[in-house]
Amino acid sequence: MSIIRRLLQCIGAYKKDALLAPLFMVGEVVLEVVIPFLMASLIDIGIDGGQPAYIWRMGAVLTVCAAGALVCGVLSGSFAASASAGFARNLRREMFSNIQTFSFTLLDKFTAASLVTRLTSDVTNVQVAFQMLLRLAVRSPLMLALAFAMAFHVQPTVALFFLAVVPVLALGIWFIMGHVHPIFVRVFATYDRLNKTVQENVRGIRVVKSFVREAYEREKFNSVSASIFTDFTRAEKRMAFTMPLMQFCMYACMLLIAWVGARLIVGGEMSAGQLMSMFTYAMQILFSLMMLSMVFVMMIISRASAERITEVLLAETDLTSGPDGATVVPDGAIVFRGVDFGYGGRSGKMCLTGIDLSVAAGETVGILGGTGSGKTSLIQLIPRLCDATAGTVEVGGRDVRAYDLTALRNAVTTVPQKNELFSGTIRENLRWGSEQASEAEMIRACRLAQADAFVRALPAGYDTQLEQGGANLSGGQKQRLCIARALLKQPKILILDDATSAVDMRTDAALRRALREELPAMTRLIIAQRVDSVRDADKIVVLDGGRVQAVGTHAELLQTCRIYQEVCHSQRKGGDFDETEL
Amino acid sequence: MTKPNSERGKPDRPRLNPQTALRLLRYVGRYRLLLTAVFLCIIISAVANVAGSSFIETLIDDHITPLLLVPEPDFSGLARAVGFMALIYAAGIGAALFYNRAMVTITQGILKKIRDDMFAHMQTLPVRFFDTHAFGDIMSRYTNDTDTLRQMISQSVPQAFASAITIVAVTCAMLLINLPLTLLVFACVGLMLLVVRQVGGRSARHFMAQQKMLGEVNGFIEEMINGQKIVKIFCHEEQTKAAFDEKNDGLARQATSANRFANILMPIMANIGNLQYVLIAMLGGALAVAGVGGVTLGAIGAFLSLSRSFAQPIGQISMQINAVIMALAGAERIFQILDEEPEADAGTVTLTPAPGAEKTGAQDWVWQCPGPEGVASVPVRGQVEFAEVNFAYTAGHPVLHDISLYAKPGQKIAFVGATGAGKTTITNLLNRFYEITDGAIRLDGVDIREIRKSDLRRSLGVVLQDTHLFTGTVRENIRYGRLEATDAEVEAAARLANADDFIRRLPDGYETVIDGDGASLSQGQRQLLSIARAAVLSPPVMILDEATSSIDTRTELIVQKGMDSLMEGRTVFVIAHRLSTVQNAKAIMVMEKGRVTERGGHESLLAERGRYYELYHSRENADLSTPPD
Repeated sequence: MSIIRRLLQCIGAYKKDALLAPLFMVGEVVLEVVIPFLMASLIDIGIDGGQPAYIWRMGAVLTVCAAGALVCGVLSGSFAASASAGFARNLRREMFSNIQTFSFTLLDKFTAASLVTRLTSDVTNVQVAFQMLLRLAVRSPLMLALAFAMAFHVQPTVALFFLAVVPVLALGIWFIMGHVHPIFVRVFATYDRLNKTVQENVRGIRVVKSFVREAYEREKFNSVSASIFTDFTRAEKRMAFTMPLMQFCMYACMLLIAWVGARLIVGGEMSAGQLMSMFTYAMQILFSLMMLSMVFVMMIISRASAERITEVLLAETDLTSGPDGATVVPDGAIVFRGVDFGYGGRSGKMCLTGIDLSVAAGETVGILGGTGSGKTSLIQLIPRLCDATAGTVEVGGRDVRAYDLTALRNAVTTVPQKNELFSGTIRENLRWGSEQASEAEMIRACRLAQADAFVRALPAGYDTQLEQGGANLSGGQKQRLCIARALLKQPKILILDDATSAVDMRTDAALRRALREELPAMTRLIIAQRVDSVRDADKIVVLDGGRVQAVGTHAELLQTCRIYQEVCHSQRKGGDFDETEL
Repeated sequence: MTKPNSERGKPDRPRLNPQTALRLLRYVGRYRLLLTAVFLCIIISAVANVAGSSFIETLIDDHITPLLLVPEPDFSGLARAVGFMALIYAAGIGAALFYNRAMVTITQGILKKIRDDMFAHMQTLPVRFFDTHAFGDIMSRYTNDTDTLRQMISQSVPQAFASAITIVAVTCAMLLINLPLTLLVFACVGLMLLVVRQVGGRSARHFMAQQKMLGEVNGFIEEMINGQKIVKIFCHEEQTKAAFDEKNDGLARQATSANRFANILMPIMANIGNLQYVLIAMLGGALAVAGVGGVTLGAIGAFLSLSRSFAQPIGQISMQINAVIMALAGAERIFQILDEEPEADAGTVTLTPAPGAEKTGAQDWVWQCPGPEGVASVPVRGQVEFAEVNFAYTAGHPVLHDISLYAKPGQKIAFVGATGAGKTTITNLLNRFYEITDGAIRLDGVDIREIRKSDLRRSLGVVLQDTHLFTGTVRENIRYGRLEATDAEVEAAARLANADDFIRRLPDGYETVIDGDGASLSQGQRQLLSIARAAVLSPPVMILDEATSSIDTRTELIVQKGMDSLMEGRTVFVIAHRLSTVQNAKAIMVMEKGRVTERGGHESLLAERGRYYELYHSRENADLSTPPD
């Protein structure tokens, strides 16, 4: 089974611990079996026989055995702990690594909330099951085997009854598992929903509170938690049959032994003492089976989790670097040839159709278009955040798919609409652009992005701690930090996706001027709502309904393009009110 | 904020709070009746088990040996005995089945109750709580921490009970046989308890650290997966992985230590039990030989087997300790949320429909103000007044200074100024996301602190720059503004916001399901939806915080008409940097560093030739080419 094989690979360096844990467990079990024998003889010979010297001698032996069992037990427990925790660590690590290669399509398919559950709750389930497996999966069968062996040794005919029980049990457990597993698959999908509901609520709490929707959200949450309750209860109630099933088998066994044993004794084929020890073994077997049933229960629960984990481990991204992908992007020229694009692939609705466009290195290109006209989709194709459904996109004279992904994305940097800054200081966030950036480079990037002044004005300057998503900065400040972060990468192509929407006009203009004068070789693609932001571009692309409507300079478009005229008209009277930034 | 517990646990030693266990018990207490039935069934099941043992003991003497003496054995007596035993066993199995299933109901019921309580309480927490806690860490409490309780309640509670029964029974039996030897057993139990305290305590500390680290890891994953686009754009995969590894390793370290201490507890206990056995044998042997205290050899034999049955339940309990400690660690984090102080709301003024008015139409509402002379009714008109308001997010760092303003019903007030000047803060204060430090804000002459928060917020419509949509259909998202809105009203609101067009072009129109914060919609489309959401509420006061910043100007021109009719007759606070949005405001507030520096109409501000004038004309300076026409 590939699931198990893939999971076992993750044990990795903890293989030693995973082997030592059951090994020491064997030692512990053997000693545990020996100790009662020694105790029995201590009573029989030492106490009933009235031999104090024997008591002392046996006492010493027993103490040594107990110490040995203690050491074995402690070591086994320790190794089981480190093996299972290490296994969980490796699972999380490999999942997280693989997620880093996911394309957006794949991320959307899994959803963030579900990935979070898989990396934590599901891994915990598997970790617990694994630890149990290491400890009990050896202990119980070993105990079981020893008890069986002893039973056969004492009275083979009667011992056969024990064996008759095994298929009944196996069938019973198989039946329970078959009924419970599908419910657990559903339960964990509901866990994802639970996580998502909490996540949306927490992220959108301002909306919830503004609209006084606390009660509505509560209802929404309660319905999710109710379905977890229903499913979990249903699954576990079925699993609750395991223990009584075991008891049924063993009790039936004991009664049979009593009945048959009596006849055997009367027939003179067995002694009363032998019957007594058969019962002792029956009890031991029962106890081991009960332990095993706990293992089975854990296995049932964790099977669904294990499947969800392997789904993440085995998911292959459809966006990979080309074989021997080029690692050097020669320049910032961009060409689109007959590009179609849709998020749903060939069958879905197209967001872009028949895009032909070429941009020379070092050019400034403005992209204008209505809400939902496909601007963001268009620029996502350049750093291969998504792949074109049809046609080709070229950067530096080469198909983007022929590049090494890292090299391509290092050369093409996008500053998206939605600013994402991370918890940490401003300096740490800027370092995303370049790990080795010197202080001077960082300040220069911030100066170009018109961010240096306000950063310096903050109480702790570049070391100011950002709250989640930069909640303690204003929209315009966040945008300028994002641009500075992008500049630190020294890209060949810089794409500003409405990245200055909250920045005032004057600062915006200063920013564009700084970029043009200081970084002339860098190709700049600017998506903007304001005509003013793109007016001085070398060319302006007007998008509408996923098609290129017109390409030209400001002056040309004013003459020829109706949409462009309308856009200019809409802004002529008003335009933007200048906030002057700090 | 909170640093993970370091390896040696020196800087902050998390300790289990005994209160936690009590509070958990209170949840269990809700199932008093069912739990009593469970305990009864446990006893039945235990009795069946004991009956089984004693049946075996008597089987040979009473039923088999007599048969050996007669030439033609009659097995009917044995058959009756076996049949009787079968009945007892059947009862035992039935009881076991019942209590196992009942425990499932109890466990899952408690987990549900805890989750629901936690969520309900979380809804009452102030915005500040959400601004200062990692989202993923909060989420972790609903899954990872709540899950720790599952094993504890479903297995540990019944097992502890069963073990306790055995321990009590055995103790009585031991006391009847011999006191000094019993004292020796107690000494060993004392030693066991000491071990539990030491090892268990250590385990508890690490389990608590583990749950905390798990929360951090959860938070990190949540943040990074939501910011995955940035990670990719900056090729930051390796660094992200490294940062993850660090947290992941920390978690693994705590998990290892926690489980190690928990796992070694059982062998230690079991072998203390073995040691106790040896000690009893030696001491008892010595006593018997010396003839002290009337100890007979037979008594020692019986005592020894009793001491075995005494050690067993203790071993079983110690096996559960792992689950219990982990559950308490999880519970502690759950109670942390439940103990968070809810938003203060001492308001008594309520919003009710004006007598005789239809329920729709915001102007037909009144504030009911209870006072010493009975309830006064103040019509809701949307008059807003700020009187010398001061505010600081953190004490000592004031963000707003002496803000005073007055908006007559139906007026449009615009805030302009640098980002970070405090514009958004003003709106945060008006709907009481944050409480003012000093001064007063009055709505229709009523201090907003006297208005019940839910009613205050219901009277304010808000469109924020950061749009947040919820998983559900487009229609449900718009209806979020007013749950009782009809389909026609939803569509009318969408038309008002000019969202109707694009919605109809979506695959399933209004029934299109938006997933994951509307990632499939463009930013502008999301803003249109959030405007529609506010429009369907139709409140007397509207706050528009950069509500149209991502909408292209051509669309905005169309939306503007709708916006104008949306704003008509309402008091509107608008924050925008687009001149078109601001220009026709009744009053424009120019803000700088938390102060209103200039105020007035567009024309009068221009005439003042102050800051506003400067800002307004800077536009031309910024432009390098000549404007069109």
